Order: sequence, then C-alpha cells, then structure tokens
Amino acid sequence: MSGIVRYGSYVPFNRIQRSAIGAGRGERAAASYDEDSASMAVEASREALRELPEGAAVDTVAFASTSAPYSEKLNAATLQAATNLPKSVTALDLGGSTRSGLSALLAGIDMASAGRTVLVAASDVVVGAPSGPRESGGGDAAAAFVLGGNGTEPIARLIGRASCTEEVLDVWKSPGMPFAKQWEERFGADVYTPLLVETFGRALADAGVSASDLSRVVLDGTNARVFRGFPRPAGIAPEQILDGLAGTVGRAGSAHAGLVLASALDGASAGDRIAVAVVADGVDVAVFEVTDAIDAGRPKHSVASWVESKRNDLAYTTYLKWREVLPFEPPRRPDPDRPAAPPMQRAERWKFGFLGSRCNRCGNTNLPPQRVCVVCQAVDDSTVEPYADGECRISTYTLDRLAYSLQPPVIGAVVDFDKGGRMLCQLTDVDPDNVGIGDELEMTFRRLYTAGGVHNYFWKARPKR
Amino acid sequence: MASKGICDRVAIVGMGCTKFGEHWNRSASDLLVDAVQEAYGSAGIEPDNVDAYWLGTTGSGISGLTLSEPLKIQYKPVTRLENMCATGSEAIRNAAYAVASGAYDLVMAVGVEKLKDSGFSGLTGSAPPGDGTESGMTAPANFSLLAPAYAEKYGVDLETMRDVLTKIAYKNHYNGARNEKAQFQREVPVEKINASPKVAGMLGIMDCSGVSDGSAAAVICRAEDAHKYNDNPIFIKALSFVAGPSEGAKRQDYDFTTFPEVVESARDAYVQAGIEDPREQISMAEVHDCFTPTELVLMEDLGFSPRGQAWKDTMDGRFDLDGDQPVNPDGGLKSFGHPIGASGLRMMYEMWLQLRGEAGERQIADPKVGLTHNLGGAPGRCVSFVSVVGL
Repeated sequence: MSGIVRYGSYVPFNRIQRSAIGAGRGERAAASYDEDSASMAVEASREALRELPEGAAVDTVAFASTSAPYSEKLNAATLQAATNLPKSVTALDLGGSTRSGLSALLAGIDMASAGRTVLVAASDVVVGAPSGPRESGGGDAAAAFVLGGNGTEPIARLIGRASCTEEVLDVWKSPGMPFAKQWEERFGADVYTPLLVETFGRALADAGVSASDLSRVVLDGTNARVFRGFPRPAGIAPEQILDGLAGTVGRAGSAHAGLVLASALDGASAGDRIAVAVVADGVDVAVFEVTDAIDAGRPKHSVASWVESKRNDLAYTTYLKWREVLPFEPPRRPDPDRPAAPPMQRAERWKFGFLGSRCNRCGNTNLPPQRVCVVCQAVDDSTVEPYADGECRISTYTLDRLAYSLQPPVIGAVVDFDKGGRMLCQLTDVDPDNVGIGDELEMTFRRLYTAGGVHNYFWKARPKR
Repeated sequence: MASKGICDRVAIVGMGCTKFGEHWNRSASDLLVDAVQEAYGSAGIEPDNVDAYWLGTTGSGISGLTLSEPLKIQYKPVTRLENMCATGSEAIRNAAYAVASGAYDLVMAVGVEKLKDSGFSGLTGSAPPGDGTESGMTAPANFSLLAPAYAEKYGVDLETMRDVLTKIAYKNHYNGARNEKAQFQREVPVEKINASPKVAGMLGIMDCSGVSDGSAAAVICRAEDAHKYNDNPIFIKALSFVAGPSEGAKRQDYDFTTFPEVVESARDAYVQAGIEDPREQISMAEVHDCFTPTELVLMEDLGFSPRGQAWKDTMDGRFDLDGDQPVNPDGGLKSFGHPIGASGLRMMYEMWLQLRGEAGERQIADPKVGLTHNLGGAPGRCVSFVSVVGL
C-alpha cells in the first residue's frame, strides 16, 4: 500500500509578534527578505530527501503553492535543480487554492500506487492586506513528502481518503489583486461544516476505522469558524485535535496541513492513525497509519525544532518592506543586474545544485567548480563534489553597509568547508552583532534578489539551526 | 622567468594632471583636453609630435575614440585599455614598452575617469551578463577584511588597530592639504576620522578613498631623446605588473594579511631596478591606499617594513611627509581622490614633481628613487603594478 516514505518541514527564522501588528497574541513566521515559496520548498525537500531508503528514487516532483514565485515558468524545475534530482523527473506546479497542498499529497500517493516515487513540496508566503486577519493569522512555511508505493517501505500508509469539491465564494484573488479577499466567515462556516462532517465520515469508512481509533486529527482551512461545529457530530474528542501552530507559525497556506502533519509524525508511534482534513473550496481528508519504519524515517529537523529556532523581534515596517507592501528609500547604489539565461544554464549545477569540483590529481576542492585546479593547475581533470550539506565555518567576515540589500548590512563571510574549499558568500538569518570567526554554518537556498522579474536564486550560509 | 625590464631606457618628459574632485561642470572629454594640453605644454611639444596614445579608463568611454574625438587627434593609433584600478599605470607601462621597442619615438599615456555623474555612492561597474552567483560585496567590504585579520595575526588589539588606520588617513589628508590639485585639501582631525560613519567592518567613510573625477597624462620617449624635450626628465627604472590566479578567494590558506600579487610585482620591479633594500633605497612612494588597511599591508608587501611591523612604523611616523620614507606625499587616493583610470598617472605625476623639485610645500628633501604602486581588485583576487622611477 502506498504512503509517506519520508517527510520534511521548514519554518523560516524570523517571527513577527502579532502585538507589533496590533492584532492579538502570539507570533507568526515570516519568510526572510531572501526567501520565497520555492526556496522554502527546497529547504523542506532537502530534509525529506536527505536519507532516502533503498528503492526510493524520486521520479516525480510536484510543487504546490498559492504564492508561486513565477506564474509562468515551472517552479518545480527550481526544486528539481536545487535538490539535484534527475532531469528525467516528471515535474508539475499546483496551486489555485490552499487545499492544493493536501490535494497534491493525495495525487502523489495515487502516482505512487502507479509505480512512481514522488516528491511533493507545499510552500507558501502568506501576505495579507495590512491589519487584516490574513496578515496576522497567516504564516510562512513549507512541508515536503516523498511518496512511494510497492518496493518502498513507508513510514505512514494511506489507509483511507475522501474528497468533496464545492463551488463557493470564500477566499478569492484575481490576477492583479494585491491581496486575497474573503467573504464573511459566518457564511463559510455554514457552507463548509456539514461538508467536512460528511467527507470526514466517508474517509473514516474508507479506512475502516472509527473516530475514536484516531490518535491525531489535523484540521486546517481558510476559515477557523468551520471547525467549531465539527468535533461533536464527527465524534472527535478535543484532545485528539492537534495544535494547529496558530500561535507560533500562523496558517501557512497550502503548506499548513503538511506542516501540522509533519509535527504529528514527529511525535507519532507505530500503529498511530492520523487524519488530516483541509477545508478550502471543498474538503480533502486523508487517513494515515504510522508503520514500524517511523523511527528510521524522521528528518534532521522536527517542526518543533524549527519553531524554537527563531528571531522574534521583526519590526512591522521591515516585514512590510520585505513583502513589498511598503515602498522604501532605495540605497544609493545601482539596482542589481538581472541574471542572464545562458550563464545561469551553464552554471546550473553550481547555482542551483551547489556542486563544486574535486581535482583528481591533487584532491583539492574548487568552489565554484574550476576547469583548471587552483592548486595544481590540472586541466579538465576533476569530479563533482556536493556542498549543499557541507559543514563549514566563518574564516573571516565583514558587515557591508554599502551593498544593495533589503536588509542591510550585508554580512559577507569567507566560508571554509570542513571537507576543503572556500567561498565568499553572504550570511543570512543572523544577528550582525552576534557573528564571530569560527562560527559553524550550514548552507541554505535563497533568492538573492529579483531583477527584471527574474528571481536570482543562490546559496547563502546561516548559523546552524 | 622574470621581466627583463627597461631600466633607464625610457624617460618621462612631460606630464599633466587636472585637479581631482567633483567636476560637475566638466565632462570626461573636458578633463582629457585639460590634462593632455598641460602635458603637451610640459614637454614643449605639439600634437603632431606624438606618434601614439594609450588611454586608460574603466568606464568613462570605450575605444580610442574616447581620446581622439575630444582632442581631434589626427589619424593616429589610440589604444584604450582597462585593468581595474591599476588602469592608469597600465597605460604608462604599455606606452613605455612601445617606445622601448623602437616602434614609436614619442608617445603619450593618458588616464581619465568621470565617476560623479552616476549619482551612486562608491564605485559602480558594469559586469558582463552573469549567472547571479557573485558575492555582491562592495570594495570597502572586501578590503575591510584586511584589518581584523592583520590585527589577529600580529597581536594588535582592535583599539590600536583603529589608531593605526586613523593615522594613515590623517597623514594622507595632512599631505593633501598641501596640494592644490587634491580633492580634499583639508587636514581632518583624528576625532573626526574615528567617528566617521561606518561603511564596512571597521572602516568608516574616512577610511575610504575619495570618489572623484579627474585626468592625468604623461609624455614618454626613449632615454636618449629625453633632453630634446625637457632639461629635467625622469627615468623609468622598472615597470612590473602581475595578475593573480585568484587563489585567496578559493584557498583556505590565504589569511587576508598580504597581497601575494603585490609581493611578486615588487620583487620583479626591484630586480629590474637593481633595488636590494627597498626600505633604505626607495626615497618615497605613492601607493594604492584605496582604504586605510590597504596602505598598512602594502608597507610590508613592498618591503618597506618587516612583516608585522608596518603598524609600528606607521605610528612612529616613518611614512609621514617628514619621515624617513614618505608615503603618499601628494595625499594619495585618500585625499587626492581616486578617478580610477587616472590614478596610476596621478601617482607618477607626484614622482615627476618631487624628483624635479617642484612639489612646493610638500617637497621631500633630495629624493633619488621613487616608487608607485597601483592595485586593482580585492584581497585574494587582484592585479598589482609597481614602478620604480628616478633621475
């Protein structure tokens, strides 16, 4: 039976206090100025892909988001390139509704049943109109799942499912609208709650389990009011419902159900049954049963560890500047150049895959890959050396207050890798007052800037999270 | 494997240099006309006498037309060249080798840069279309890496290091205050240097060279012809140029306390000029003080101070105008300003004045041998030029 083989999550480093927005308690996760839904999907996918079990070779990539960086140009291709998946993958983008994350997961499981091995990454940067509920209640995050069928050993099998689609005006955003709008919540609740109860019941029947058999229930949707009237008719006890991370992350759009499912898997034991329901333009429900493989299949970072690793004093004006809601005085420096297509194509394995080279003659590592070895000058005699997961540390660094950035100063560091090799790169997710020579770093995939509508992705280093 | 050199075979017989600064009312063409006319006059020649021109500019024009058009040069070879911030010195080197070869008898090296029309802070460049993976660090950030690295390696505490950098800026402004062509002709109090707004790392705005407009030019011929044009020519003893393989940015053993490119170009120049002890034999130097820590490191790379000692020599006043080995007597990039393509020629202009006893208030007593040093790029990834000139 098909199911989840591996999973991963990602919550960005920055949080904004809701009190800073003037909107209630708790905090929400905020993608940094150099992140978008594609770069966060890469981070979550790296977690899911780090140690794939034997027999699981990803041949399909799906990216689900309502905030895709490109509305035309395959965002899943960025994901494929940055995770060094083979070019032979089938790749697709999904979106259109925050239900697309769970829909993609279900579709991925269907593909797995047809013999494919599928990476599904759902990711969203949720931007709401200033002072509205979507701004304060939203969050930015990503979740990724590798789905497999026969021949792979899942950590959680899909044992039941049901769907419902409803043509309803609840949340909508047309091209050109800066922010999504939502009809009044009382209306949505009246429409959705009965649909959820009915669909949830069908999913349990499909799984052959009763509500009391569920260890955990993940409830997610555009309208929190929907869930008020749900547990009693569905036969769910309050303690079965998993914390939805509203106080720490916020609702992360299409990624949210996956993120909360990931937190459920973080704490799950073999035999646990977990139901996930998403209510948006209808309902999707999936019921999973956790297997004995769970302990070997957990990612490096739990959702809780991402949530704990943070800087939580982001200023509201800075947040609005990062999201391009608030115009600001640009630095007195030229705008960065739009990266050019042919050089990016030639450098793809470096720019996206972060692959360096190792000289076959002297063993020296070269970043970026060099045709002529910097140490022994051997020509065209090297092998590929992966660096994305390389341990590294600060050799020296500086704060560049002149360079163009949405978050000055740019912290430029000379980074030395434990396996050899040096590069000059920018640090991110770091307090300029708290950087030191020798600090341990890890690499992270980022959007350096956007110029001419072209997103310039590359790697930066960050303190270990 | 070394340059054979052209020691004493080529002379400079005339020079011109505009005031450097914010020339809002002068174009690059205007500045070229001013510098070249002054050089013609200095050598007592007419445009017809000049066989060929080398024009250095990094971004104020492309092709020889940048020079031939404003000056109406009559159908002669004009080469436009670029080698980052060492561009002006490259114009001298290529022009000197051309007369040494015998291909031409009288040539001109010209440099110009018009930086202040961009409206931006610092330097801007136009790189070829790229893949977007360059670090994006600015020049002050790159050079700021030198200061903490030097301090750590030689056990200089950061407060002392700040004093050393301030001393370099203070000295160069002191010298520039005695130079009517400098961009900044005022002494700057130590407190003001220390308190200047931070640009990168330890470096404040007063640790950075002046962004400016300017042009300079030299008339060059073979030594045997020199006295035809000028009773007091100066002679080229060495011209050395090195482009590094960019190792420092890629190899973990580079520690940001030296420029290997400078060490090699100085070694080569000293061989050409027969200099065995640069600390004793070089009377004065114009060096590439783009940022204050650059000058500090250069004192060691050029052999003026033993390793780890330049900070003490700096504080002791060795490189002051009245010190044993004056460095940047004209104010340097710091105070004279740094219009990129013109800077190497501006350095040579000071040698021209000092060796001929024409430096006025800042005249160094009886200089015999002068050195110019010009650098382009960043620590770990640069080009370096060294010349030695004398009487």
